[in-house]
Amino acid sequence: MAEGKVKIIGMADLAVCKPPDGITTLGLGSCVGVAVRDPIAKVGGLLHLMLPDSTAVANNKNIPKFADTGIEELVKQVVAAGGLRSRLVAKIAGGAQMFAFQSGNEAVRVGDRNVAASLKKLKEMRIPVLAQDTGDSYGRTVIFYPETGDYIIRAVGKPEKII
Amino acid sequence: MANLSLKEMTAQYSDLLRELGNIGAGNATSALSQMLDLKLDMSVPEVRLLEFKEVGEAMGGADQIMVGIFLAVEGDIDGSMMFLLDSPSARHLVNVLMNTPDSKEESFTEIELSALKEVGNIITGAYLNALSMMTNLAIVPSVPYITVDMLGAILSVPAIAFGKEADEILLIDTQFFADVKLDGYFVMLPDLVSYSKILSALGMGEHTIG
Repeated sequence: MAEGKVKIIGMADLAVCKPPDGITTLGLGSCVGVAVRDPIAKVGGLLHLMLPDSTAVANNKNIPKFADTGIEELVKQVVAAGGLRSRLVAKIAGGAQMFAFQSGNEAVRVGDRNVAASLKKLKEMRIPVLAQDTGDSYGRTVIFYPETGDYIIRAVGKPEKII
Repeated sequence: MANLSLKEMTAQYSDLLRELGNIGAGNATSALSQMLDLKLDMSVPEVRLLEFKEVGEAMGGADQIMVGIFLAVEGDIDGSMMFLLDSPSARHLVNVLMNTPDSKEESFTEIELSALKEVGNIITGAYLNALSMMTNLAIVPSVPYITVDMLGAILSVPAIAFGKEADEILLIDTQFFADVKLDGYFVMLPDLVSYSKILSALGMGEHTIG
């Protein structure tokens, strides 16, 4: 598994890969990392989204920036790479509140809203969410391997987790 | 009234934006230098228009652990201001402030974080004051908030705020450094409307940016 290449994606970005490769995104804060995979075909992808809803803002051309359009595009690309739509499963991570002020006002709790919007979109598309590591107040670096479905989560001062 | 894309505005006014950063960060650096009784140098400010996917790498890597102090900015302009320090620099700064020269602890106590937050408050205040004097605009910072985490995670907060209206992020950053272990950044992030207000306040005419 460790033989493969690991592609790095940034904010408002997505990628798809096949074994033995993996995909990582460094330092997810209030953003959410959605990993989608076909466990039989063993292809999968990772999306690093920033905002919950493309219909809530005027400038919404950047597809991977939003939970709704980003997850649709991710699913499309995983299917194009050989995944079967009905077999897809998901795992999500991120959506932290990096600074204390974010806990005060509902409107600025964008981490929570990103998580809720991701779960809603996945439910709408009937893609089961197998695991999630979301919320709290710390950043996460995530690595996703479509071969095993392992979604590895690293945070400052915490032991590594695999969900 | 001229309509400019963010890219055109950045290209046309990069010298002016750089000068804003220069004056703000100059003031902030001298406030910090006085507070620490230490000679500090600063870099020429950089005006950077970045795609979101590039933001993490722009300041030395998205997974680099930094201390981030964040203030929301209100008044005539809206946006955010950040003061970022890498971990060893923050430790050094705390040791000077708290008179604990030998501490090598990687994590910070509540009191140490509180001291760092106050430093951030004073020097970002100095930065914004200079900006306010120059533009004659009211610039009111919020109380400061602090976190110690990966750079990408810290920057996700202003990036998301900026991301509601743009697909690129324009930031003015200045690096400062000393002979000993002090390395950090000031980052100023007005929103798009505020950039128009700043340009107009400086006599550059009326623009719509977006």
